[in-house]
Amino acid sequence: MQHFDGNLLAGPLADVFAFDPTGARARCNGCGAVAELATMLVYRSGAGSVARCRDCGAVLLSLVDGDGRMFVNFIGIGAIEIATTGRDDA
Amino acid sequence: MSGVKQLQAAPRTGWHVAEVVETRRETPSAARITLDVDGWPGNLAGQHLDVRLTAPDGYTATRSYSIASSGDGERVVLAVDRLPDGEVSPFLVDELRVGDRLEVHGPLGAFFVWRPPADGGTGRPVQLIAGGSGVVPLVAIARAHADAGDATPFRLLYSVRTPDEVFFADELETASRGPAPLAVEFVYTRRAPAGTDAPVGRITRERLAAGVIGADAAPVVYVCGSTGFVERVAGWLIELGHHQTAIRTERYGGT
Repeated sequence: MQHFDGNLLAGPLADVFAFDPTGARARCNGCGAVAELATMLVYRSGAGSVARCRDCGAVLLSLVDGDGRMFVNFIGIGAIEIATTGRDDA
Repeated sequence: MSGVKQLQAAPRTGWHVAEVVETRRETPSAARITLDVDGWPGNLAGQHLDVRLTAPDGYTATRSYSIASSGDGERVVLAVDRLPDGEVSPFLVDELRVGDRLEVHGPLGAFFVWRPPADGGTGRPVQLIAGGSGVVPLVAIARAHADAGDATPFRLLYSVRTPDEVFFADELETASRGPAPLAVEFVYTRRAPAGTDAPVGRITRERLAAGVIGADAAPVVYVCGSTGFVERVAGWLIELGHHQTAIRTERYGGT
């Protein structure tokens, strides 16, 4: 199945969280890797999106959209780190 | 939230109504579309937006498109390539007319973005690598770099089928002649410009190694293209000694 990446989830996640969290780093419960949500590998279907860890393939989160409701499951993420002060882009 | 410091915060995201103010042919298969977006807060170089089309029966289709422009103001420039079996791109490329309205969600993306060094100094060198229409957000980054007169060394390696299919050729030429350092190199995969002896063929690990800023200079690398292109290139970059956290990738997709 063709896959994309977490950049594609910026819109749907921003709709739910009132900010775009794709620049936030998350820890994978499967392998412990820490990386920005934008780096997740994203598989889309008519039902929604499944995002996997780029390092170990574990499912990190799923988004199911339908009937005026969005279900967000952070099944594979232990913690999300969000910068609250100046960030270093490099 | 007074007292919370927000440095270089990204503009706030929301749904907006956009009106088409110009549409023109960019390449034989792509259109450059300029939108006037009501309430647009401006956007960072490298960000994208989602376009939502709604059919009379209520069916909706949403697709992500990179933004070729950046900065303040309500004007937003897209360049959309027509995918033959696409649901949205053929409409945007072939049917969209001046005065048409679209629903857009953005600006989006907090990872695949570039900001000029905050202190006006020289940042880590930047290597941009594009596959086909994946050049669009990199054009925004290269132009932001040029407009800022930023002294950071920049290179763009642009893989494209033929010279006719180069997006924003004039803008890239202009940016590369300005005071901000930008070197542009093309990899032609099907046909090179007439009268040149440029090699023709898909990018290889050797071609990549020869055409990008070396890992010893610790560049930040932005790669955008199809999933296959991005993963091939990112894999080679790591083999060439670039650190995974220095490589920012964006796979384009959707029709």
